[in-house]
Amino acid sequence: MSTSAARLTRTTAGFAAVFKWILLGIGVVLALVPFIWMVSGSFRGEADLFGNPASLFPTSWTLHGYIGVWQQLPFLRLLLNSFIFAGVTTTLCLLFDSLTAYALARLRFRGRTVAFVLVIATLMVPFQVTLIPVFIELFHLNWLNTYQGLIIPRATSAFGIFLLRQFFISIPTELDEAARIDGAGHLRIYWTIIMPLAKPALATVAILNFVNLWNDLLWPLVITSSPDMLTLPAGLTLFGGQHVTDHAVLLAGATISLLPIAIGFFFAQKYFVAGVATTGLK
Amino acid sequence: MSAAVTHPESSRLSRGGSGATKGRRVYKRRLSPALLFMAPSAIILGAFVFWPIIQSLYYSFFNWTIGAVDQQWVGFGNYIELFHDPRFWNALGVTLIFTISTVAIVVVIGFMVALLLLRETLITRIIRSVFFFPTIVSLVSIGLVWKFLLDPSIGLVGGLTQLLGITPVAWLQSTHLALPSVIFVAVWRNVGFAMVLFVAGLKGVPVERYEAARLDGANDRQVTAFVTLPSIRPTLLFTTLILTIQSFQVFDLVYVMTGGGPLFVTDSLVNELYREGFVNFRTGYASAISWVLFAIIMIISALQLRFFRYNDVD
Repeated sequence: MSTSAARLTRTTAGFAAVFKWILLGIGVVLALVPFIWMVSGSFRGEADLFGNPASLFPTSWTLHGYIGVWQQLPFLRLLLNSFIFAGVTTTLCLLFDSLTAYALARLRFRGRTVAFVLVIATLMVPFQVTLIPVFIELFHLNWLNTYQGLIIPRATSAFGIFLLRQFFISIPTELDEAARIDGAGHLRIYWTIIMPLAKPALATVAILNFVNLWNDLLWPLVITSSPDMLTLPAGLTLFGGQHVTDHAVLLAGATISLLPIAIGFFFAQKYFVAGVATTGLK
Repeated sequence: MSAAVTHPESSRLSRGGSGATKGRRVYKRRLSPALLFMAPSAIILGAFVFWPIIQSLYYSFFNWTIGAVDQQWVGFGNYIELFHDPRFWNALGVTLIFTISTVAIVVVIGFMVALLLLRETLITRIIRSVFFFPTIVSLVSIGLVWKFLLDPSIGLVGGLTQLLGITPVAWLQSTHLALPSVIFVAVWRNVGFAMVLFVAGLKGVPVERYEAARLDGANDRQVTAFVTLPSIRPTLLFTTLILTIQSFQVFDLVYVMTGGGPLFVTDSLVNELYREGFVNFRTGYASAISWVLFAIIMIISALQLRFFRYNDVD
């Protein structure tokens, strides 16, 4: 009797394992198929899409989606704007956030705790609360539809300051004390000791910021209205709603906008996951 | 957070000397580099976060017109109008349904997937990457692709159901199915996010706790209920909190997939805010909406913190 019971447990365990892998398999298919369909759809013509909706792959390949993207949209401009917006803003964020984080982690001054609490407090305010007043500020500054309008208000992130500060604190103070005895000032300690040691944290903050900015819709949609200043997500949304009705063109645009993120994810996945996982450690 | 405040730095202070005047001079000298280091961030946060928060509250008491010299003070008029506006109650309801469904489903599925993928093998790592990937893709691309996938004439979903002899459904054009469809896509995108947080949380549970429970004769279900879940309560709290706040601010998906329609059945609060603020240019009214949104998010966060702490006492 005991052997049959053991066999029963073994078979249920076997079933459970099979069931687990079937579930995971379905999950993987569900996660991947939309992306496969997106890329394949960007190579399909309208007739093919309407004629074979059940097909995952093109019945005949065409590049007209990729050609249309350049003809029907100011695509080069959108791409350039996205790179400028996400790239410059991320760079400035890294610089400004790390400077502030250095002060909060390494310098002693009155109001340090207050400053830190204020930074944390901004994390709790929904972005939409500040959106309208910032829009009006930029209107008065004549910064709407400009790069500085897109970039400057986003050039520091409370989360980046928080994350870098936590990392800087974990760096032993003996290192900068030794440097100070050698006569190094704060700026030098910050740049030659702390920053090189903080590379993993900086990479995490950089990727988190770049991805968020690259993908952002609401901010560029509000701050820019001229087609010359739109970023990719805003451009795809606006043109998708108005002039461009060709599905392959929009899918080609979406595919290209996904490429930098996908390539980055492939090579530096660790930092993408770290960004999310460290938010979890807060 | 408290650990950060008690960071020891007394050793450095003592280098400044013992005399009162000397100590004061050192203190002053240290104040200025701190200000210089923080100046860029402080100016940006001040000008584009703190001041706008106050401005936003101020605008919400006006019938504000951008660029006008005279602004009409309406007191609580915008808020009163808001509470009599069926559009607002509709948006609030839509946002609540969206948030509760998305968060509940994402947390449950994300937790189960994390349990299934806890082991570190090549295959589990690959599957985790696959599930995580949608999290970093823009909601515009995701919304666009799913809008097309769900399209009755070109979409794969309709195409496949047609093979089974079922007429393709116009998911996003149906007043009954549009909101569930948007929720489905949000779930599809966020499961990987919850999974990553849960895997990190689960890995932090000390093995001894499991061993002790097993020694006491606990079965799988009991281990999950009495060891795993209580041990990852902080992760659970954080994940639901982040997801709730994110979901409450849903905009991109709705804007791209349905534009809030059909007949406003997917009109979220932020979508309404965007429409009032940047399409109708009712600045004061939209500011009032943003403050209601702020208040609701604060209340929900407080409730969730309370709820999880309450369980902690048990």
